[in-house]
Amino acid sequence: MSELSAGAIRRKPLVVQYPSLLIFLGCLALFTVAVTVLSEGFGIGVISTSFVKTLGKTLCLCLVALAMDLVWGYCGILSLGHMAFFGIGGYAIGMWLMYARTELIVIESLANQALPPTAQEISDGIATQIFGVVGASEFPPIWAFSHSLTLQLLAVILVPGLLALVFGWLAFRSRVTGVYLSILTQAMTLALSLYLFQNDSGLRGNNGLSGLQNLPGLGDVPQSVVSVWFLWASALALGLGYLACVAIVSGKFGSVIRAIRDDEARVRFLGYPVEAYKLFIFTFTAILAGIAGALYYPQAGIINPAEIAPIASIYLAVWVAIGGRGRLYGAVIGAAFVSLLSTWFTGGQAPDVNLGFYTIEWVNWWTVLLGLSFVAVTLFAPKGIGGLFDLITAKRSPDRHGADLGPDAGALREKEAET
Amino acid sequence: MARFLVLLWMVLSLPASAVAQDANAPIQKLLQEHGEIIAKSSRKTIGPAIDALGDSSLPKAPEVLQKWQDKELWFIKESGLFVYTEKVDGKTERMIDIATGEPIGEIAKRDLKQLKPNSGIRGMIGAALVKFQLRDPSRTTRLRALNAISRDAEETHLSALRDVMGDESDPEISAQMARLERLLTIEFGETEDERIAAIQHFEGDLGVDVRAALNPLVSVRVEAAEAAPEGEDVVRVLSPGSEDLSREDAYDILVRAELAKPRISRDDKRAALIANISDGEVAGIQVASLNSEDARDLAYAALAEQGTVDPVATEAEVDETLGGFVFFERYTGAPPAVALAAASVLNGIETKVALNQTADLALDAVSLASIYFLAAIGLAITFGVMGVINMAHGEFIMMGAYTGFVVQQFVPDHTLSIIIAIPLAFAVTFGAGVTMERLVIRHLYHRPLETLLATFGISIALQQIAKNIFGTQARPLTAPGWLDGSLVFNDIVSISYIRIAIFVLALLFLALFLFVMNRTRLGLEVRAVTQNPRMAASMGINPDKINMLTFGFGSGIAGIAGVAIGLYAKVTSEMGADYIVQAFMTVVVGGVGNIWGTLLGASLVGTLQKYIEFLNPSNTLAAQTYMILFIILFIQFRPRGIIALKGRAAEA
Repeated sequence: MSELSAGAIRRKPLVVQYPSLLIFLGCLALFTVAVTVLSEGFGIGVISTSFVKTLGKTLCLCLVALAMDLVWGYCGILSLGHMAFFGIGGYAIGMWLMYARTELIVIESLANQALPPTAQEISDGIATQIFGVVGASEFPPIWAFSHSLTLQLLAVILVPGLLALVFGWLAFRSRVTGVYLSILTQAMTLALSLYLFQNDSGLRGNNGLSGLQNLPGLGDVPQSVVSVWFLWASALALGLGYLACVAIVSGKFGSVIRAIRDDEARVRFLGYPVEAYKLFIFTFTAILAGIAGALYYPQAGIINPAEIAPIASIYLAVWVAIGGRGRLYGAVIGAAFVSLLSTWFTGGQAPDVNLGFYTIEWVNWWTVLLGLSFVAVTLFAPKGIGGLFDLITAKRSPDRHGADLGPDAGALREKEAET
Repeated sequence: MARFLVLLWMVLSLPASAVAQDANAPIQKLLQEHGEIIAKSSRKTIGPAIDALGDSSLPKAPEVLQKWQDKELWFIKESGLFVYTEKVDGKTERMIDIATGEPIGEIAKRDLKQLKPNSGIRGMIGAALVKFQLRDPSRTTRLRALNAISRDAEETHLSALRDVMGDESDPEISAQMARLERLLTIEFGETEDERIAAIQHFEGDLGVDVRAALNPLVSVRVEAAEAAPEGEDVVRVLSPGSEDLSREDAYDILVRAELAKPRISRDDKRAALIANISDGEVAGIQVASLNSEDARDLAYAALAEQGTVDPVATEAEVDETLGGFVFFERYTGAPPAVALAAASVLNGIETKVALNQTADLALDAVSLASIYFLAAIGLAITFGVMGVINMAHGEFIMMGAYTGFVVQQFVPDHTLSIIIAIPLAFAVTFGAGVTMERLVIRHLYHRPLETLLATFGISIALQQIAKNIFGTQARPLTAPGWLDGSLVFNDIVSISYIRIAIFVLALLFLALFLFVMNRTRLGLEVRAVTQNPRMAASMGINPDKINMLTFGFGSGIAGIAGVAIGLYAKVTSEMGADYIVQAFMTVVVGGVGNIWGTLLGASLVGTLQKYIEFLNPSNTLAAQTYMILFIILFIQFRPRGIIALKGRAAEA
């Protein structure tokens, strides 16, 4: 009987299950094409290169917000460490970018000398160039793979993945949940950023890695073109990431992780290995964050430990909350909306408000507004911006899979599952 | 015309003024006796003149010595009499009698000669002067002289010090003199026995000056010899390639002693090869192929064979040469007996220093722990008792500190301002806490993650508001004068009064908390609401009110903690954020819902941080990193903290 019913409830195709998937991918493709056409590098040049970069970076932020939504909105783990994984991804790719570019410069400068340079001389030259600012002239062991793009690309995936795996295993195994886990992840983030702030961490201390916007060997290609390449890559990563997230949250797997969010103990008693599910989600989203970081920082051009500070991860949570957690497009909308708005306000473009006795300069007051609106969203609009879409879909009668929408607030979450 | 008149007048007045000077004053007579060697001003011969001045009991002698040292003593070429001078104009000087200090007329500069003692002579004069200063009637002058000696001791000071020691009446100065005499004996004592006795006098003394005096005595030099060395002054034998003596250093010693062929640095080798490039080849080897060290070694060896460059040792030769020698350390700072005595006394001192450092570290740890306790106690109430996580707690600490700062702007008296600031800070943060509870937290009691995020929103808003009002620079919160300085046990163990005050404050808060929780109606109701809000409500307790008051109480304590922390650190808009993670760690490590757990947690976190800082003192960032990692690991083993609640309360 059970086999029969399992056969009867066949999985519908993803697209049917998630009509928003097609809409999202379509919007993303449209956006990418539009920006390409309007860009300086490939199109008519309406959008400046720096704005193309801002848009590309925003796509990366959307990707990490997507990861945050999966781990928090769907699995109920409020991780305050995903921006750390994001930063690790950036550092991993940044090491190769910096090494390879410096290597070209050093080889060029040594080529004019009387004797051909030895491998050691080249390596010393690169090390002096890179680590001169922190008073070192040797490669720390952490840079052992920096000469190889392949290995550093692997590191983009493996380092955040392994870190999340080990940390998550330790934390979930000892049943650290809820706010404890949040604080613990925050502590991890703080520890990492403090470690990177040291000059002898091997990653140039608070100078961070810089000059990442210059792709080694592609010095002739103008930034206007490179920026569009990165926009494409970011859009592709976001599209694939969205697809992967949709695949994860749909079907049985998705039901289990949502159940873990709603009542972890009950899921455990039903015989599911809760820790394994959580660990998978935590690690997967960490990798997603790492990839997003690896695409973000070459566009930003510089990475330093301040980017990893706990506050960054909190802002990430803010984006997801404002966009609407528990729905994937909500995270994307939230990240795009808040980060672009933030750029606008802090960039000094927003007009100051003169109250007569005091002039509100948005550069200074934007953070206050953000903080307070965050409180307001938590209190009054827990669904965030994404909740607005419910106004449209609510007109249709919901498919409740036969379940009654009980009086308990917990059961209301089934609605989230629909999206 | 005017110039001529002046000159004329000067010529006329010259003999008169010379006569006016008292050539028979005792000080002038004394100087005249040694006039020749003084004028000669040579370090080798000047001794008797300085001694004569120093040993004379003439009251003017110190002044003359001082002026002489300062190059202000002149003599008249014609008569050889000594005078001080004052400048009148470029060519004329006014003479001043050295015996009376009275002006005695003017003279052309070319008729005078200035004494310009060189630095050696000035040093000798200084030593002679010290004798006078040590006998000076003014206490401060004597102390200053002692200080000068201890900063920059010379051999002559020792005898000077010994001369005056018996006559000193002030006990404090007398003790200082005795100590200084011993220290100088270590350095300048005439016989080895005398020096050893002085060294042993300082057995177990923690003074930095003692270590400074002893350390040079035990300095060593690494030497090499073909046979194993004999003799007392050999400290130990080193083997090349060990941690204390690298192969390179060992070989360099041999090269310096001209016992081995030199080796050549990579850069020199490169330069030598470049110098010998001809037609794109070096010694018949293509330049393009010289892109590895091995290839360059070969090319250099080929050059050496041709005789173009000096041959250098290869690695194998280095090993062979090193094998033929014994390397050892030899005492160079003092004769062996003295050095050995110094080493043994230093050893004892170092053990004692280590013990005292441990004590000092413990005091530091206690003071850091009390700061963490202060920062965490409010959190222990809101998080531990109520289960509400308040990320804006750090900002309440900051608000308290800024309240103190504002109060100090209006009340200049520091003691009074702190007395006003403490209750005011409590009131301000109590109000803020109650407002926040009413407006935000009340609605989120069953959604802890949302509470965390909402309070985070408040936290960043408050931080930015503080930044907008007070600016980004650090504001001072000045402690009252009576809290300045520190309680000094010895040269190593000391603790500032402000840290003691914070410690006392932490104890007070512990007592206050225990009193409120266990002995008051409010505490009873808080505990009741914590355990079972519905039951408490049916007993006539208003849980809303209790929650509000508890939250206000926790926030108020954060405000007072802010005043305390502000006294010890600077007040900035980010100070709260600096403490919040440690405060949460303290609560989590200690165990939620138990004040003793918080105390233990604070002690653990504080001790740990100080200990890691001690192991790696240059790097407080690393200390924090490792501490956090430790705590993450700790939570693996005791997920509910040191003191875990058991039973149903644990699930609440």
